[in-house]
Amino acid sequence: MKFKYEIEGGNFSKAGNASSEVKKILKQLNVPPPIIKRLVVALYEGEVNVVAHAWNGCIYVEIEPERIDVKIEDKGPGIPDIEQAMQEGFSTASQAVREMGFGAGMGLPNMKKNADQLNISSKVGKGTIVELVIFLNGKR
Amino acid sequence: MKISQLVEVLEGKVVCGEQFLDKEVQYGFASDLMSDVLTLDSDKLVLITGLNNLQTIRTAEMADIECVIFVRNKKVLPPMIEIACEHEMVLVECRFSMFNAVARLSTAGLKPVY
Ligand SMILES: Nc1ncnc2c1ncn2[C@@H]1O[C@H](COP(=O)(O)OP(=O)(O)OP(=O)(O)O)[C@@H](O)[C@H]1O
Ligand SMILES: [Mg+2]
Repeated sequence: MKFKYEIEGGNFSKAGNASSEVKKILKQLNVPPPIIKRLVVALYEGEVNVVAHAWNGCIYVEIEPERIDVKIEDKGPGIPDIEQAMQEGFSTASQAVREMGFGAGMGLPNMKKNADQLNISSKVGKGTIVELVIFLNGKR
Repeated sequence: MKISQLVEVLEGKVVCGEQFLDKEVQYGFASDLMSDVLTLDSDKLVLITGLNNLQTIRTAEMADIECVIFVRNKKVLPPMIEIACEHEMVLVECRFSMFNAVARLSTAGLKPVY
């Protein structure tokens, strides 16, 4: 099963709508709750990153019997130093983003913690692609 | 402890989820930063926050948090109630400062996550 969602940069009133939809689908499919939580927490962090840091983006979710693949692709400023961005506490979030409750610099590390595989690629001035995989049969 | 006890010690106002006040909660986490909340994996967790926007509710939804306390007299806004009701959350408004609310909850037996 494949799903696609669009994300508007800067629009915090819609941030989380896609993750919420995906959560509903996974519940209907009777995916175990701990796996749902890991996936939607990682997905939501990724969705909020597009809203907070990029101009616009797309989420692709593919659900198969053994795995869930997520790709979050955005047009935006990109990440100049991915290793630095992955460190806990590193954040370039604006004051406006901090007022929305984000900017702890915990999103990317938390995505890494929750996903079985995480891959980030980025081009400065163009955009970022975050891909993550969660296995459904406990194979971590 | 039951959510109803927690509402009592906070002299709080339940704005959503009246029917779930008998649910048990065990841990408390106080934060205005949602990504810190999203790093937790405790069950039966109460979120205590001064951040009254939609992302607080979305965060609770993703993290399976069933009860959110809004301190410093922050008011819950209608779009927040709509999503919270759909996900069977209890939302409580409380006029105390974060410090005061947390101290009362700790005395009442709510445990820290770490
Ligand atoms: N999609 C993106 N486009 C551009 N920059 C990004 C993107 N995602 C992350 N970044 C950069 O990486 C940094 C770290 O991201 P991370 O999600 O860990 O923290 P944050 O978003 O700043 O705060 P938090 O997620 O804790 O609310 C960001 O501050 C930003 O500089
Ligand atoms: Mg982030």
